[in-house]
Amino acid sequence: MPVEVHHHDSGAVQLTVLGSALLAAALLSALFAAGAGVYAGRTGDSRWVDSSRRGVYAMAGLLTTAVVLIEIAFLRNDFHFALVADHSSTTTPTFYKLTAMWSSQEGSLLLWAWVLSLASSGVLFMTRRRHREIVPWATAVLAGLASFFIGLMIFKAQPFAHLDNAPVEGVGLTPLLRNPYMAVHPPMLYSGYVLWSIPFAFCVGALMARKLDASWIRTTRNFALVAWTFLGIGLLLGSRWSYEELGWGGYWGWDPVENAALMPWLLGTAFLHSVMVQEKRGMLKVWNVSLISATFCLCLLGTFLVRSGVLQSIHAFGASTVGGPLLALIGVTAVGATVLIVTRLDQLKPERRIDSLLSRESVFLVNNLLLVGLVVVIFWGTFFPLISEVFTGDRHSLAAPWFDRYVTPIGVLLVLFTGIGPLFAWGQLSGAAARRLLLWPSIATAATIAVLLAVSDAGHHLWALFIFGFAAFALVALAGEYWRAGSTRHALTGEGYPRALATAVGRNRRRYGGYIVHAGIALTLIGIAASSSFQTNRDLRLQVGQTAKVGDYTIAYRKLTADPKNERISFAAQLDVTRNGKHFATLDPSRNYYPTQDPTAGPIGRYFMGESTSEVGLKTGAGGDLWTAFQPDLSSLNPDITRGNRQLANVGPVGQGIAIDVLAQRYAQNPPPATFRVIVNPLVGWIWIGALIAVAGAVMAGWPALESRRQLEAAYRARLGKELGTASPPS
Amino acid sequence: MEFLLAVAIVVLVAWFVTAPLRRGPMESPDDPAAAEIAELEARKAAKYRQIRDAETDRAAGKLTEEDFKRLDRELRGEAVAILKRIDRLRGPAGAGPV
Repeated sequence: MPVEVHHHDSGAVQLTVLGSALLAAALLSALFAAGAGVYAGRTGDSRWVDSSRRGVYAMAGLLTTAVVLIEIAFLRNDFHFALVADHSSTTTPTFYKLTAMWSSQEGSLLLWAWVLSLASSGVLFMTRRRHREIVPWATAVLAGLASFFIGLMIFKAQPFAHLDNAPVEGVGLTPLLRNPYMAVHPPMLYSGYVLWSIPFAFCVGALMARKLDASWIRTTRNFALVAWTFLGIGLLLGSRWSYEELGWGGYWGWDPVENAALMPWLLGTAFLHSVMVQEKRGMLKVWNVSLISATFCLCLLGTFLVRSGVLQSIHAFGASTVGGPLLALIGVTAVGATVLIVTRLDQLKPERRIDSLLSRESVFLVNNLLLVGLVVVIFWGTFFPLISEVFTGDRHSLAAPWFDRYVTPIGVLLVLFTGIGPLFAWGQLSGAAARRLLLWPSIATAATIAVLLAVSDAGHHLWALFIFGFAAFALVALAGEYWRAGSTRHALTGEGYPRALATAVGRNRRRYGGYIVHAGIALTLIGIAASSSFQTNRDLRLQVGQTAKVGDYTIAYRKLTADPKNERISFAAQLDVTRNGKHFATLDPSRNYYPTQDPTAGPIGRYFMGESTSEVGLKTGAGGDLWTAFQPDLSSLNPDITRGNRQLANVGPVGQGIAIDVLAQRYAQNPPPATFRVIVNPLVGWIWIGALIAVAGAVMAGWPALESRRQLEAAYRARLGKELGTASPPS
Repeated sequence: MEFLLAVAIVVLVAWFVTAPLRRGPMESPDDPAAAEIAELEARKAAKYRQIRDAETDRAAGKLTEEDFKRLDRELRGEAVAILKRIDRLRGPAGAGPV
């Protein structure tokens, strides 16, 4: 720990005290809003409804001010804030100072509560003149949740903890988090978790008020879509960070924290589909309220897993003080939701039954069962260490092959239904229409499988082969849907085809945006199947000047460079890569060594013995990636480091800096053999391209209606009204 | 100084949050009928979307003429019921087909 200190600074004291006061006021506002919401729900008094809503607005304002204060403290290197001293330093780049807040438990809780307060304010503002029976209860749920998280900050993990004797230098940000993906990943993931609380709160409100038609779904649909998108982006960024930063070459390791984020995303996917069945057909009411309750519980579980340290994970933050309260909240939420659902079963009866298996609602039901099955498998695998400990006394973890064995078959079926769902109509599809609609996608599947069997060894990777075939089915089916949209309108109106397509899609962005999401998911699954089944992976030990062959590529280790900077010492290997005798790429994988604060490492040794991070050398392309990571052998430096520790103990930082520079450059001129991991990853980039396409589709599906849309609604109403005035609906 | 600032924040927040409670019980700015109309308008928009979806599915050959008519009749019946409720809530001035 830093030993030099700044003495009492009255200005900074004011900021930490002010911050604590803001949190206390936010807690009071949240508690008041929750209580006022319950009172308004019971009495229907609109004054209390308004007052509880204002309580949430006030809480949002106070938490926003608290976040601004902390960000200012990070930017000013105000080490009177314990949070800043523990997670930043004067040499931390400005961008990472701004994002350092959520690298800590205290900052993460503040982020949770802040995003919740903003989202709650948004939805309560939008519904200020609607859902008079549901909104008070929803407000109570949202404010109750906020009270919980603000309470944790006040009583368990204080972001405004004050250091009377502030150090002149902070500990700095954990090196693994100094990555742009990791800077954005936590807020995306947390926003995803938090935003699921909106549909959950309105679901509880609908259950409390016994207003169990689809109105709460319509109101919160876009919030659910945004939550799903943010959680998806969080998963996407996390997997990319793992791929580029962790140095093991993978993007998904079935780590408990990764799984904890994936499970609510999968259940949320099921929810987004099943609510359409309730909205359009009046079915699956019990299923939907159960699904959103389970999704939100899994969001809380995700937060719990990151923060409790109960399961071993590279993403977990170790044992903390908030695990117990979070577990209690999950229990209360799960039990409360179950009791509410069971006591409202009478109001949750379906209005219709499924007419035919050849219908969109049937496909959605199957898709829901598959997604829930997937979550059950992942849940079992994730918590197996705890389950095995209960029954055997020993912790046994399930590794990636176990997950792959059970998840892959379900995933393959899901790809197929990604294509089948859009083809079917609500209600009933005739057998003849089904045959016609399924023809071309089926031909595409057969052709894809035949070609792959002929030109590759896909026959040895049957699950991957099925995924390629079914992804082809989905992509052709979705392209067919777009084609039909344009051609149908073209035939009806005589508009040119491009205009007809644009108009048809623009008029039903929700449907066609959803199809783009499906196409993106199909592409992502192609990337996953190809990169996991056809990957070439080799570990090499090379001296400068040596070459090795990996797949079609020849890797030549040209030289090593050293770059000692304020923050770290970086060693980078230069690799020349050729393919079929032609230059393909020059890659520079590197290893960065961050200084440790441990004084026993010595004045020179501390620069080499702290945490290290890997920066991979990557050549990306549509056909695949060539991925390289580098591990230098620094053991030859040990004698020099020991001598330096002894001789330079009393030399100032400038002298030590010169010594480190000399040491690093000397090592770079004559390095020992280094270890390289080289991976040829076919089609892996499509994982993220597909995900970006899916995000674009989600944005398109959820984009608010424009004025022209409202005009269209008015015209449609006029048409219907006219028909009502003159004749009965067609029979 | 810090104490005064904290008190000022709490007073300001309390004044803002309790403002609706200081108005009389009958001074609600919101009309309950307007809230229900807003909800019915949302239901109407959703129903129209379903009617259009069914028309698109018929045009694309996914629904037979018989299935389409049955579905369309059902959806239009529900749309009519929503329109009638909206008109009832809007009163004589706003009632009747447009």
